[in-house]
Amino acid sequence: MQEKPSIDIDRSKGDFHYETDYAYDAGLGLSEKTVNYIADVKEEDDWIRDFRLKALRIFQEKPLPTHWASEDLLSINFDKIRYYLSKGQQPSRTWEEVPDDIKKTFERLGIPEQERKFLAGVEAQFDSEAAYSRMKDNLAKDGVIFVGSTEGLMKHPEIFRKFFGKVIPTGDNKFSALNSAVFSGGSFIYIPPGVKVKQPLQAYFRINAENFGQFERTLIIADEGAEVTYMEGCTAPKFETTTLHSAVVELVALKGAKIQYITVQNWSNNVFNLVTKRGLAEEEAEIRWIDCNIGSRLTMKYPGVILKGRKARGEVLSIALAGDGQHQDTGAKMIHAADETSSNIIAKSISLGTGRSSYRGLVHIPKHLKNCKNNTECDALLINSNSRTDTYPAIDVRGERNSVQHEASVSKVSAEQIFYMQQRGLSEAEAMSLSVNGFINDLVREFPMEYSVELKRLIELEMEGSVG
Amino acid sequence: MNALNIQDLNVNIEGKPILKNFSLTVPKGEVHALMGPNGTGKSTLAKALAGHEAYEITGGKALLDGADLVGLEPDEIARAGLFMAFQYPSEIPGVSIANFIRAAIQARLPEGENLQATAYYKELYDKMDALAIDRKFTSRAVNEGFSGGEKKRCEILQMMMLKPAYAILDETDSGLDIDALKIVSQGVNAMRGPDMGTLIITHYQRLLNYIQPDKVHVMWDGRIVRSGGKELALELEEKGYDWVKEELAAATA
Ligand SMILES: Nc1ncnc2c1ncn2[C@@H]1O[C@H](COP(=O)(O)OP(=O)(O)OP(=O)(O)O)[C@@H](O)[C@H]1O
Ligand SMILES: [Mg+2]
Repeated sequence: MQEKPSIDIDRSKGDFHYETDYAYDAGLGLSEKTVNYIADVKEEDDWIRDFRLKALRIFQEKPLPTHWASEDLLSINFDKIRYYLSKGQQPSRTWEEVPDDIKKTFERLGIPEQERKFLAGVEAQFDSEAAYSRMKDNLAKDGVIFVGSTEGLMKHPEIFRKFFGKVIPTGDNKFSALNSAVFSGGSFIYIPPGVKVKQPLQAYFRINAENFGQFERTLIIADEGAEVTYMEGCTAPKFETTTLHSAVVELVALKGAKIQYITVQNWSNNVFNLVTKRGLAEEEAEIRWIDCNIGSRLTMKYPGVILKGRKARGEVLSIALAGDGQHQDTGAKMIHAADETSSNIIAKSISLGTGRSSYRGLVHIPKHLKNCKNNTECDALLINSNSRTDTYPAIDVRGERNSVQHEASVSKVSAEQIFYMQQRGLSEAEAMSLSVNGFINDLVREFPMEYSVELKRLIELEMEGSVG
Repeated sequence: MNALNIQDLNVNIEGKPILKNFSLTVPKGEVHALMGPNGTGKSTLAKALAGHEAYEITGGKALLDGADLVGLEPDEIARAGLFMAFQYPSEIPGVSIANFIRAAIQARLPEGENLQATAYYKELYDKMDALAIDRKFTSRAVNEGFSGGEKKRCEILQMMMLKPAYAILDETDSGLDIDALKIVSQGVNAMRGPDMGTLIITHYQRLLNYIQPDKVHVMWDGRIVRSGGKELALELEEKGYDWVKEELAAATA
């Protein structure tokens, strides 16, 4: 097919789409056949094929969680989605080898440039499979593994199998089961004991096709005393039809290890983003989720940490921006399972127009533990009277030797405030961006520079779009 | 004409007429004072000119150097050169004074041009020193937790940084202690000159001891009923507004 170089361009960086031919297409709908097709294409061992088929049954048995979550889930038509699409490419180690249409997409998203500037490694996934994967040579010498999930399970089965599906069991929820059945792509990372990776590793997930579901699966293991920061970015063009993104991300931080996982998603508003993310922190280990959710039609995402070892620390810093017609249902889970563990949750949500954001938290500290601490802060900012925000904190802290702090606030950007700023010469959109940036400022300070700049830019785009 | 020229301006709030055929001209280079009892529409004038959407302009013109402001967005009016120091300035949580003023200046620069940070901070600090505002305030959120007087000083700081062609100061003197009143007046006087026209809304002639106005106007029920020199303010102070009211009743009887 002829490439059309510049169709469908809009204001936002991710909203464009080049026509692409796919060599492998699992077709519409989900059945055992689909799952077998994926396992065949990937030439997977029987254990993983069985794992997928079992997950499919769990997915089919589990009802949609509409008893607590949005009824909008009912509008996902699972028969109208394509579950696997690829050009059959192997991930290239240089950008030159990446197929042209895919390369153009990533160049436009600025990925090769970011890699040159500040990243230790990049994996760029296009629909179901990675098109590019590369890590700095010195990391390979240190024994760091940074590959796609398929390559991880083929080449490093001894590590992969030990941790895969252990933090998030297949049946955790309907969408983790779906991912387990059809997963493709995502990263497999192993950091050997004591290795501290200074620059971030980055994955970029790009949905290019219409009626498509992206189901990446990421597993990151930081061995004792190791440290790593992983960042993911994601975009999709704006299609009329719905697109599904349902990832599973498992983190394992062994004794004294530190993992920081940063997400800045910028989904177009046709995407259902239903993601399960959880980490396991052993003794004195630290897991920190930084989660920025912008865009999508419905996002359901509650990153969590199981604090399994003594003195383990868990943190979720999240920002959700619900624009007109969008619903951000986000939150955090902290499961304390050892003494002296501590967790911190700071969630900030912004609702614009008819946008809606909800915070769902779960903090669990059983009675027999001592000297555990949790701090939870949820702040909501409403811009415009139609906006809606809900908080479901669910803090279950037992025992007198543990402490918990919970604060919640709702504030509004008033018309007077916007007028005041406009009187100083700022446009309405600039005034709104400034208020939003002011609201999230103290949190963004915790982010690596490059990501706070990106986030600021995304917020500006979103505000410009919202005032039309 | 180089002036802020308001002609027969009619303004409604929620359908109720507040300004009634209001006319006033403040030529560039002059300082005028506007006085009048509570509720006569002084702040309404300021906000309507600044383009506040709740203030519906049902008739008349407001010309800024000949160009009509009526119907423009508030930010367009601001960038056209009209600054308003608010009677009740808004708080903007999380946005520092330094960043706020910087964004406001940036909004006036041509596309693609960036503000020079070092020169900007130098100027900001100079003006803060002149207004006796502690430098620590640069990192404080705009007006958040400020005392009444601090808010007013911050308004003048913004005016000095943005250098508007015209400014309306709505009761900038209220809430200021004696020293602050002097400092703020010095700030306003420093900006005085052929390139700026200023309208000062005040209740107290005391301010006019520090900022000598070229003209004083008295407002009553949505329009100006008397104009004169500085001595008019003294007369008001002495006699109160009943005197204006009586004169007006006699004239319309
Ligand atoms: N937003 C509003 N909604 C309803 N009424 C308003 C609003 N703003 C002003 N008004 C009314 O319009 C009239 C004029 O008010 P304005 O604030 O202009 O008076 P002012 O001359 O500035 O008074 P003051 O000296 O007390 O500051 C008052 O009766 C006031 O109650
Ligand atoms: Mg007033």
